Amino acid sequence: MRTSRSYQTHAIIIKQSKFAEVDKIITVYSSEFGKLRALAKGAYRPGSKLGGNVEPLTYSLLMLARGRNLDIVTQSQCIDGFSSLKSDLWRTSCALYILELVDSFTVQSSENGALFNLLIDTLQRLNTAGKDEILLRYFELNLLHCLGYRPQLYHCVVCNSSLKPVVNYFSPSLGGVICPICRGNDFDSRIISVNALKVLRLWQRCDYTTAAKVKMRPALQLELEQELQGYIGWILQREVKSMLWLKELRGEMMLDNSTENH
Amino acid sequence: MATTAEPVTRLVEELSKLPGIGPKSAQRLAYHILRSPNKEAHDLAEAILSLKEKIHLCSICFNITDRDECSICQDEGRDHSKICVVERPSDIPPLEHTSKYNGVYHVLHGAINPSRGIDTEVLKIKELMIRLSSDEVKEVILATNPNLEGETTAMYLRRLISPLDIHISRLARGLPFGADLEYADDVTLGQSIEERRDF
Repeated sequence: MRTSRSYQTHAIIIKQSKFAEVDKIITVYSSEFGKLRALAKGAYRPGSKLGGNVEPLTYSLLMLARGRNLDIVTQSQCIDGFSSLKSDLWRTSCALYILELVDSFTVQSSENGALFNLLIDTLQRLNTAGKDEILLRYFELNLLHCLGYRPQLYHCVVCNSSLKPVVNYFSPSLGGVICPICRGNDFDSRIISVNALKVLRLWQRCDYTTAAKVKMRPALQLELEQELQGYIGWILQREVKSMLWLKELRGEMMLDNSTENH
Repeated sequence: MATTAEPVTRLVEELSKLPGIGPKSAQRLAYHILRSPNKEAHDLAEAILSLKEKIHLCSICFNITDRDECSICQDEGRDHSKICVVERPSDIPPLEHTSKYNGVYHVLHGAINPSRGIDTEVLKIKELMIRLSSDEVKEVILATNPNLEGETTAMYLRRLISPLDIHISRLARGLPFGADLEYADDVTLGQSIEERRDF
C-alpha cells in the first residue's frame, strides 16, 4: 500500500540524473505502481549501500519512504543486474532503447502489470540470448499492445472489410492497416507486404519462443522495423534517440564485418 | 520603492544562480562582499572574468588549461605512451592525487547516453583516435565511470581501439577501501568476486 509511510516494490531502474553533490534522482518502472521517480541519497558516494542497485538497467527490490516531493529510497536489493548484457555493446544499446521506449510511453503512477512483465521478460531474454533483433520488434509490438496502441491488422481501419492477401497500406495515424481501395489520398500510409502482415499478426498472438522461430530475409526484417518505427514515431511525435544510436552502431558493425571478410 | 539598493539585489540575483546557493545564502555572500575591502571584491570579480576569458581546452588532451597545451601534456617527464581516457576534466585531479599514474590523459567531455542525445559525434572520440594513430601510444586506460554510460563508452572505445596494436585496460571495479562486506551492494560485491586477483 502506498498510503503507509514506507512501501516496497520490485522495479527496473530506467534512468537517473544527478541531484546535489552525491544524490541521484532515479526513474523506475515498478510492478505495483508503474513509473515512479525517487531520490537515492548518497548513491554517488563510493561506499554507498544503494550503489549499483539503483543504477539504470538493474532489476531491484526497493524500499521507499514517502517524501514531500519525491519518495526516498531507503533500502535496495538487486534481483538481476543483467551483467551478461552489460558486457556487450550491442545488447546494452538494445536495452537502452527498450528503457527509453518505456520511459517515453509511460506516465507516472500508472500501474501496468503486463508491461512490467514484458519489460522483465525482454531484458532477461536479452541478457541470455543472442543479438537477434526480433526481440526488439516483438517488444515494440507488445509494448504498443500493453499501452492500448495495438495496431489493427485484420480489418481495414476505414471500411472494416477483411483484409485480402494483397499489398495493403499501414497508416500510423489511423493505427492499423487500410485496404488498397480505401487508401485513396492517404499518402502518410506505407506499403505493407503480405509477409510483413502475416508476421505481425503472428507476433500479436504468440509467445516469444514461437515468435523467435520465424525466419526472415533482411528485407522483411527492415520492412517490419520501418513499419513499427513509423508507428512509434507517430505516436510519440518524435524519434526515439536511442534508436538513432542503434542504427549508427549497426552501420559501424556491418562496415567492420565487411572489412573483415575482404 | 525597493528596500534594498539595486547593486545589492543584482549581486544577490547573480549569486543565487550558482549551484547550491539559495536566496538566503546569496544575500549573506553579497553582504560579506559589501563589507570586505575593495581589493578583495576586485580580485574575486577579476578571478571570475579571467576564468572565462583565459581558460580553454588543451589542443592535445582537451583538459581545461590557460595555455595552448596543458601542463600535463607539456611535461616531458611523463610517460606519453600511456593515455588515460576520462569523461570530464574534473576526473583528472583525483587520479593525479593518487600519485600512481605518470601517463597523459584524454578528456572525452561526456559519456555515451543515447536517450540524452550524447553520441560519438559529441564526444572527443575522433580526436582520441587521431592521437592513437601515432606509434608512440602503447597503452590506453579506459577510466570512464563504472556506470551504464561509462561502461557503454568503454565498450565502444574498446571496439574502435582493439584493431590497433595498443594494450587496452580498464580501471578495476570492486569494493572501496574501508568498505564493509555486509553493507556492500550485490552488483559491486559480485564484480569483486568475478574480478578477484591472486594474493
